[in-house]
Formats: sequence, structure tokens, C-alpha cells
Amino acid sequence: MTEPNSGASASLNAMTGFYPRWRLIKDSVARYGVIVGGLSIIAAIMLIFFYLLYVVWPLFIEPSAESVAHYPVPERALGDTAMLAVEEQNEVGVRFTENGRIIFFAAPTGKTLLIHSIVLPESARISSFADGGPEKGVAVYGLSDGRAIVLKHKYNVSYPENQRVITPVVDYPLGRDPLVLDESGQALEKIAIRVDDDQTSLVAKTSDKRVILTSFEKRRSLFDDDEDFERTDSILDVPALDIAFILMDKDQRNLYLADSEGRLSFFDIVDKSKPVIRQHLNVIEAGRKLTSMVFLNGSISLLIGDSGGLVSQWSVVRDARNNPAMQKIRSFKVSEQAIAGINAEQRRKGFIAVDTAGVAGIYHTTAERQLIETQVSNGMPKMVSMSPRANAFIVESESGFMDFWSVENDHPEVSVKSLWQKVWYESYPKPDYIWQSSSASNDFEPKYSLTPLVFGTLKAAFYAMLIAVPLALMGAVYTAYFMAPRMRTLVKPGIEIMEALPTVILGFLAGLWLAPFVEEHLAGIFTLLLTMPPAVLVFAYLWQLLPESVRHKIPDGWDAALLIPIILLSGWFAFLISVPLESVLFGGSLRHWLDVEWGIGYDQRNALVVGLAMGFAIIPTIFSIAEDAIFSVPKHLTVGSLALGATPWQTMTRVVLLTASPGIFSAIMIGLGRAVGETMIVLMATGNTPVMDLSIFQGMRTLSANIAVEMPESEVDSTHYRVLFLAALVLFLFTFVVNTLAELIRQRLREKYSSL
Amino acid sequence: MITQWFKSGSPWIWLNAAAVSTCLILVVGLLALITFRGALHFWPSDVAEFIYMEDGRKQSIIGEVVDTSSTTALMARASGHAMADDADLLVQYLIKIGNRDLTGMDFRWILDRNIQSRQYPDDILVLERREWGNFYGYPVALKQEGQVIAEGPQVFSVVSERLRDALSVYKQIQRLERKEIGAVNYGLERLRLKKRRLELNEQWDEPAKQSLAAERDEYERQYRDYQTELQALYKAINRDSLVMKASDGREIDMPLAKVVRIYRPNMMSVWAKTGHYLDKIAEFLLDDPREANTEGGIFPAIFGTVMMVIIMSVIVTPLGVIAAIYMREYAKQGFTTRLIRIAVNNLAGVPSIVYGVFGLGFFVYILGGNIDRLFFPEAAPAPVFGTPGLLWASITLALLTLPVVIVSTEEGLSRIPKSIREGSLALGATKAETLWRTVLPMASPAMMTGLILAVARAAGEVAPLMLVGVVKLAPSLPLDGNFPFLHLDRKFMHLGFHIYDVGFQSPNVEAARPLVYATSLLLVVVIVGLNLSAVAIRNHLREKYRALEG
Repeated sequence: MTEPNSGASASLNAMTGFYPRWRLIKDSVARYGVIVGGLSIIAAIMLIFFYLLYVVWPLFIEPSAESVAHYPVPERALGDTAMLAVEEQNEVGVRFTENGRIIFFAAPTGKTLLIHSIVLPESARISSFADGGPEKGVAVYGLSDGRAIVLKHKYNVSYPENQRVITPVVDYPLGRDPLVLDESGQALEKIAIRVDDDQTSLVAKTSDKRVILTSFEKRRSLFDDDEDFERTDSILDVPALDIAFILMDKDQRNLYLADSEGRLSFFDIVDKSKPVIRQHLNVIEAGRKLTSMVFLNGSISLLIGDSGGLVSQWSVVRDARNNPAMQKIRSFKVSEQAIAGINAEQRRKGFIAVDTAGVAGIYHTTAERQLIETQVSNGMPKMVSMSPRANAFIVESESGFMDFWSVENDHPEVSVKSLWQKVWYESYPKPDYIWQSSSASNDFEPKYSLTPLVFGTLKAAFYAMLIAVPLALMGAVYTAYFMAPRMRTLVKPGIEIMEALPTVILGFLAGLWLAPFVEEHLAGIFTLLLTMPPAVLVFAYLWQLLPESVRHKIPDGWDAALLIPIILLSGWFAFLISVPLESVLFGGSLRHWLDVEWGIGYDQRNALVVGLAMGFAIIPTIFSIAEDAIFSVPKHLTVGSLALGATPWQTMTRVVLLTASPGIFSAIMIGLGRAVGETMIVLMATGNTPVMDLSIFQGMRTLSANIAVEMPESEVDSTHYRVLFLAALVLFLFTFVVNTLAELIRQRLREKYSSL
Repeated sequence: MITQWFKSGSPWIWLNAAAVSTCLILVVGLLALITFRGALHFWPSDVAEFIYMEDGRKQSIIGEVVDTSSTTALMARASGHAMADDADLLVQYLIKIGNRDLTGMDFRWILDRNIQSRQYPDDILVLERREWGNFYGYPVALKQEGQVIAEGPQVFSVVSERLRDALSVYKQIQRLERKEIGAVNYGLERLRLKKRRLELNEQWDEPAKQSLAAERDEYERQYRDYQTELQALYKAINRDSLVMKASDGREIDMPLAKVVRIYRPNMMSVWAKTGHYLDKIAEFLLDDPREANTEGGIFPAIFGTVMMVIIMSVIVTPLGVIAAIYMREYAKQGFTTRLIRIAVNNLAGVPSIVYGVFGLGFFVYILGGNIDRLFFPEAAPAPVFGTPGLLWASITLALLTLPVVIVSTEEGLSRIPKSIREGSLALGATKAETLWRTVLPMASPAMMTGLILAVARAAGEVAPLMLVGVVKLAPSLPLDGNFPFLHLDRKFMHLGFHIYDVGFQSPNVEAARPLVYATSLLLVVVIVGLNLSAVAIRNHLREKYRALEG
């Protein structure tokens, strides 16, 4: 085609005089316009691919941290740091000193902003300090006379002249007067506190080695608006430990006490008046010291650092008999040095740990991933604190300096392990594949395992293919090779119309009509498989016994039409006998029998329903391409085979199918691609629960349905959003490979036929 | 004998034939199922009154029998029914009892063996209402402003006329609220945005303030006028009410303002029923949905689908045709065309949900977000184009249906004999002229085929639309009388999504199901019709060129 054209344009050039220039200009404008238009198709598919990649890419960017500032500890002379924190915007840092001073400073420069001193009662001094968790910003000072002062740091944000100003404030939520914890007036050597809206609990170890628990519960009177507190005191029955760490979870239900040898006692304090010891165990290797113990965000897991540079995550797991017990979930090797400090992120399941040599590592527990490892200070670190948004941290070292670092770490939750392998999630009895992407609270541990979704996708596709491939291929063989041409002109478009049927209609019928039908007639469906082929064969056998005069009334190649009533009859018969069969063989209900005898549960919207509906949807795709491939096998091949004495069936299996096999393969590939990407049918015909169960009677959730369900609710650029894009990219790549392969095979086949 | 028969291979051929027959049965069966269920929905069925015994208590139940189920005694016992020893079957009926405002449920199952009698009384009235679904019962009285004007048997003859009045007033109210007051609200919103824009550009000065205030006053004056008019209309529509007696003997006073249709199904002749049937179909096609989409019509969904398909066609046709021309007429057959063919096949094979994800991320958030930033800074933080809407849905589906148009046009171009092009070139036309004057006109039916198939595909596609612009209930159509008339940024309703939403997200699935079947039937008819016409055009074209080549 291009031959005469290039000749023509050459002659045009020669005759420029005869042609007004603009005609030639128009011609070349059209040429380039069309070329651009044509190539834009390639651009479109590339754009889709690269855009998906562009959104997914940040998941795989290595996180980084850089040092922003290095300054002397603000007001070091006023006291040693007991706690360090940074507020939300990373502008203000705060240092609680061991002697009761609270020093606010500008986090990026170290300039002092505010110094607050707590007022101590006469003759008392501070004997202990504890942080009450970042959610409430509460801290407590324990005093030498058995009393305690609870205070809170918070930050007021205002916008005078459109400029953000953050003002730090210290507040006393339980009043300025010290609370009496120990009536006998012993010094509080260790203390812990948790405050929430209805309840406040304090735990303290006194100098005479008692551990006392005091709890205030808010009681709202029914008759007036007065609130009063009901106080509960109790003493914990602690084994003889020299307690170094006290941690209470934020719901004030579990209490963990540990000594520096790593001996840990786990108490259940749901009933504040009767604390129960649940377990007593050793959490670190012999010969090492426990150097740091904090909660992971959500206060379900403990992070325990030892002198060997190891941080382990421990969590309460229910065993087979539903008894809670501490279990080591996983551990992270930070270095060979002792862990000097651990600080957990406040909104994700990550943490930062520093060792005594000044090396810091940022980790994410669910992803089991070390995100950042860097030398953060030259001296020995004393304390480390992560900012609320986990985009900065501050380290104080013994040498009297602070280092302020900024962190680029947007998607720590994602790793090869968290996406594809079994992960031991908090509160789960064992590692598992779970997809559970979102929840309202910050404490939630997102579970982004794509494995159950890919499993569901493949399961749905498998059952659909199981139904579609035999029907479509056998149909294609018959239609292309044995069917009368006139019938073929009717049948082929008839089946191809199926392809045009909107999948939403198939899904709707599958979910609301087929699923209840199958549930009710389960035995009938299986009987159908048993009665139909024999019925067809018996009919065929009887048919060829008929005298020729009768047989010749039906022209050659119309057998399929003859079979329609036979199949309908056998179907009706199958459902008819299925009821008595079911009562004789399965005691009246196949579903019930399966459940009792084999323990196979039955879900109304299951893989069988999806397989039937989606099989129906992909039959025309496979049928149409396979039929074309078989039909276009050159006639001289088949005629030759028949002439050599082969029966039509022998010709079919030995010659035609072999020649057309690449085409058939490509038909199956394209069908598979369609089954994998199909959304509406699986969305409507399965329960959309991401379970991993091979059973044909259980539902699944597929990648595509998952995108359709969750995409509208996911926050733009969040990890969830990007993981959903990753699911789309996986689908894209899968169908890309399958379709490209199929197309290449078809192109080769076309060349082969044209040369034959 | 049998072994010989098996050796000949003919059993296998028969089995293959059976596969074809099965496929055909499936297609025909599916279409028949949808047609049957969908078309039957609008036929008014008789309303029965049952005298029913339950727990030793006699009660009357009025309703339509919707479904019958018979279970074997064994299964019935397993699911907790007490069965007599000699009973084989448990027969149950699903009755649509309506009166949701009284009973809290529309449907209930009753046991055949507890039915003492079943009658079809002539004077049972069915009221289709705007809220709470149908009402079944006996008419007691018709009231005008609280005064009884007709009683007992005379009610029906008077009420139809009264209802006609009420409906015409309702129409006026609707027009006033939607169109006139809608325009006022739209105008006020535009004023707000104008003010914000002037503020952003620092042109918010005295003259601007005055002119805006004047416009605002004008709108507010109009609004007050409409409000007075509305109040009068509401007074008129609430004039009459109908007192009805439900099956349990309770009497309720029902304002005609809340009633859509009143009929006596048991008294209707076949002709009357046919008239009712056609009337219901017209309502289905032309009215707005009621009751969370489970009743009334699907007009906004039809309209939204058509709008989207039109905009999509405007985008996809030129793109697809140009790409096909490039592949057939300009490109050297070789590596590039193979590459393009692979690209086209991939575009056709990429799961539609991936298009949705792409459309949401790229079109809505990136393109739309930037358009908002550049052209609509006054609307911030509310997005204009930075949110799913009609335009993005159309573009996404244009991309999705591009391969359909390309493949079809290319096939058409390939069938045009070489001699025609050569003739034109030999007469001195340039290549562009040859294409424009001879080749493209001849290929136009092929393009038409492609476009029809693309439209059919787009009309049935749902998954990507769920992400890029479809909603279950759009407050306003994307085309209306307010400037700029076509609102490309609005969300819209779509037939396919309507099926999904009403069938699966609706609070009252049982009541919604018939409507879903009807919607499915409409969609299937449209899509199968489009496909058949595409096939017909294609076959016609083939014949034509076969003749030309010969």
C-alpha cells in the first residue's frame, strides 16, 4: 500500500507548479497529524503503566533522615532530662527534668521558650518520674513522701496575622495539689500513670518494695451534673523483684513490671481492686540486661531493648485455650552495643532505637523492616524522641548536646514481607495472611497482605476457567469444523452477543438469582453434571441406530440443534431425581451433609456461583478466538488428511487442533486475562471476604473487587491508596503479559497460515 | 458395535455439539429470564385477602403473592418448622403486604396449610405512595379539608378525579422547586463565587460590592415570590385526604399529596390492565426514582448514561479513526504496526477497574486538581473538576472503548479495494484528499459499527465508573437551564451502576428486585439492539465490498 503512495508523492513534488502549495501543506499536516494520532495509542498504554508506577513508586523509596540542627541542651544547668518530646509541628520541643522543671525550647534551634517549675510541698523532693503516654501528654512526678504530682504539656495554636504561633502550656489535670498515693508516706521510687476520660490509674513502687495501684473512676451522678471520683487502692502481689520498669497499657487493663535482669510480671488489672498476676517470665537472654522497655503505639505490644543491642516485640497472645500469655513476636538486631533508648511512633507501628555508640535505627514492626540506620550523635545517647508525625526526632547525648533530625519515611508499612508473606499481627494467635486495610483509630495495625486477594483472584479465575474452557473449546471445535455453515452464521453471533452482555447484569443475576438457586438445588447442579453427558451419548448412539431415511431428514451439521431438547430434558430430569437422591444419599440436604460429614461450610455467595457466572462471561471470548483459529486452518490440510483415510474426528484431533493450538492457547490466555480482571461479577456474587480457602463453597475477595470497594474511601497518597494502586498495577502487568503473549502468538500464527 | 462407534470418534463430535447447545441454551435462557422477570413487573397482579391462622389467632392478610416455595418435609424440619408426620411438602407463599408505615415490613412468608380462605374482593384499593411503599386496603371515606365528601363504595369514583388535581399541583410544586428555585440557588452560589474571585484578585471594591448586592437582592426577591407561590400550592395539594382501612382493621388518614396512583386491581379488565401496564412503563422510563431508587422511574439514570455516552463518542471517534487510518494507510507494516497492535490489544485487555483507578488518579486528582488550581481558585476548598464527574467518566470510558473503534475502523479500511485509492491518486489527488474524499466516506459505516459497539460497551460498563463519577442519586441532571447548561463537573447516574446499587446496596432488596430486573431488561435490550445493528451494518458492508472487488 505504501508503494504507490510514495511514488505518488514523488510525482507530486515534481509537479509543484501545478499544485497550489497549500494542498501539499494540507497533505503533510494530515500525514503528521495521523502519525501522531496513531502513535498516541502506544503513548496511552504507556501512560497508564507509568502513571500507575508513579503512584506506586513512593512505596519503594528508601526512607532517609538528615540532621537539621546540633545545639547544646537548653538550660542544662537546671537539671538532667527525664523525658523529651516534640509537638505535632516539630516547632517546640520539651524537656522534663528530674528535679521538676519543664523546659520548652524551639526544636530546630534549641532556644529556650518557657521554663516552668512545679511547686513541691515542704520537705518533699522528687523521687521518680513517668511519662503517661503521648496521647494525653500527661506526666507524673512521684515524691519522697508518697505523694505524686500529675501534669500535662499541651500546645495552643493560634494564627495572628495568618502566621502560625504555637504556645506551650503546662496544665494540672488532677489539680495542683499533690495526690496522696501511699498513705504510709514512703518515697515513690518508680511510678506509672495512664489518664483517660473516665478513669485514671497510677502504679508506684515504694521504697519499702511494695507496688501500689491507685485508680480514680469518674462517676457521673444521675441527678445533678456534679462529677465525683471513686478511688480504688490495692497492693500488687509482686514476686521479689527489684522493679526497674512499670508499664500500664492505655486502657488500664494490663500492667507489666520488669527488673533489669529481664524478669517480667504481667498483671491483669481490669478489676482495680483485685489485680491478678497472669504470667511471670523472662524476656531476655541470660547474661544480658534489660535496658529499655516501652509500648508500641496502641500499647498492645512491648518493645524490650537489651544490653546486646536487640529490640524484641512482645505481645499478649491468646493460646488454644483462650488464656492470655506473653509471646515474643519478632526481634530486631540494632547493633552489638546496648540499647540506650527506644521511642515508639505515635500513629504507626514503628519505633526508633538508639544504642550506646550513638547509632539509631528506625524500624517498622509489622513490615519487619529496618528503614533507617544512621549515626545520630557522637556522644553516648541518653534519650530519643520521635515527633508525633514521625517526620523528625530529637536525641540528647551525655555530652550535653541535642541533635534534631528530620525524617522522610512515608510508607514504612510496606515491605515484601508485609505484602506477600505471613505476618504475625498484634492480638493474632499466629502469623497469617490478612487483608484489613483501615479503621478509625490511630492504634490500628493496617494489614496489607495482598496474598489473600491474589489467591481470591486466582481462585475465582480458576473456577471460571474450569467451566468456560471445556464448553468454549468444545463449542468452538464443533462450530468451526462440524457445524453446517447456515447454522454457524446464526450460532456464532448468537454466542458472541453474550460477550456484549454487561457484567453488572451477570453479577446481579449471579448474586440475587443464581446464588439462592444453587443453594437450594445444590444436589441438582451436581446431578446435572452426571446426567447430561450420558444422556447426550445415549441419544447419539440411538440416533445412529435409526434408519437412514429418518436420519437424513436432519441435514449434516445440525446435530447441535437436535441436542437442545435432549439437554433440556436431561437437565429437568437431573433436578427431578436430585430430590430423592439427596434424601437417600445425603439425608435430605447435601449442604447439611457436607457440613456434618466433611466439615465443609457453605457460603451462599461462593466460588461455584462465581465460577458459573464468570464462566458464562468468558465463554464468548474464548469461543470466538478459538473458533477463528480453528476455522482458518487451511482447507488443504484437512482435505489431505481426510483423503488419506482419516475419520473426521482423527483429522480434527491430529491435524486441525495441532495446527490451531497456538490460536487456542491465545484464546485461553485472553479468557484468563478477562477472568482475572473482572470486577462486577465477583463484587456482586461473592461475599467479598478476604479468606484463603480453596473450597468451592466459600467466597473470596479479588484484587479488582477490593479496588472497587476500597478505592473511593482511601485517602489520597496514603499507604492504603498506594497499595490499592499497586493492586491495580499487578492486575495491569498480569493482563499485559497475558495479552501481549496471546497477541504475539496470534501474529505468528497469521504469518504461518499465510505462508501455508 | 459400541466400541466401533466409539472408535469412529462420533461420540466426541456429539459431545462437542452438546457444548454448543449448552452455550445456546445458556444465552437464550438468560435473556428469557431477564425478559420474563423484567417485563412482568409492571403488570398489575390481583390482590388477595387471606384469612390466616397463626399461633391459634385468626387474622386477615391483604397482599400480592410474589413467590411460592415448596420444601421437602425433611428440610423444613431442619429449618425449624413443625411438620405433621404424613406431610411431604411445606408450601409457603411470599406475600407483598405493603403498608410499611403500619407493619414495618413489606413482605412476609405465610404457610399454605395455615390459610383458611383466600378471596379477591373487588373493592380492595392499591395506593402507590411517595413514601412507605404501596398501601393495600379498603377505602372508607374521602375528605376535603377534613369534611367527608364521599363514603364507602362511592369513594373510588370521586377519588381518581381528586388525585388528578393533586398530581397536577404536585407537578407545579416540583417545577417550582427544581427549576425556578433551583435557578435562584444556582445564581446565589455563582454570586458567592464571584465575590470570592474578586476578593482573591483584590478587586473587591465599592462598585463591585454594590452591583453584587443589587443582584443578590433581586434573587432574594424572586425567592420570596416563589415561596409565597409554593405555600399556596402546598395548601392546595393538602386539601384532600383518603381514609383507608388496613387489613388489621386500623384506619389511617392519607393525604392525596402523598399518593401517586390509585387502582382496583381485582376489578380491572385485561384492557384496563394493559393501560396500567403501559402507564407504568412510561413512568419507569420518564420519571425520577422514589424511595431510595426502589420505586418510580429511572429517567436520571437513562439521561446520565446517554449524556456520558455522547461525550465519550465525541472523544473516542476521532481518536480511534485517526489511529486506525495511521495503521492502515500511513504506517509501514512492520515493527511499528505490530507494536501498535499489541498496544491496542492491551488496551482492550486491561481490566476495566484499572481504567477506573487510572482515571481517578490521573484525570480526577492530577488534571482536575490542576484545573481547579488554575481556573477555579474561588471555589476552594470545594473541588470543581478535582472530584469525580461526568467529564472524567466520559474520558475514562473513551480510553476504554478506543480499541473497539480502532479494530472496527481498521477492518473497514482493509476491506476497501486498493483500486479505489489508486484511481484517486492517479487522478492527481493528494493522499490526504484521497482519504478524505473517497476512503473515509466508504469506511464510514465501519466507523459507525465501531462507535455503536463502543457505545454498547460504555453503556454496560460499571466498575470504572464507580471510581470516576457515578453516584446512586444525583441531585440534578448534568444538563439544565442554568448557564453554562452542560455541567461537565457534575456527578451523574448510570443504568449499570443503578442495577448494582439498587440490587446490592438498597436497604429493601426484596422490594427493589423487580425494578432491578426491569432496569436490566432495558439495558440488555439497548445493548443487544446496538450490537445486532452493528453486526447488521458490518455484514451489509462486507457484502457491498465483496461486490466491488468482484
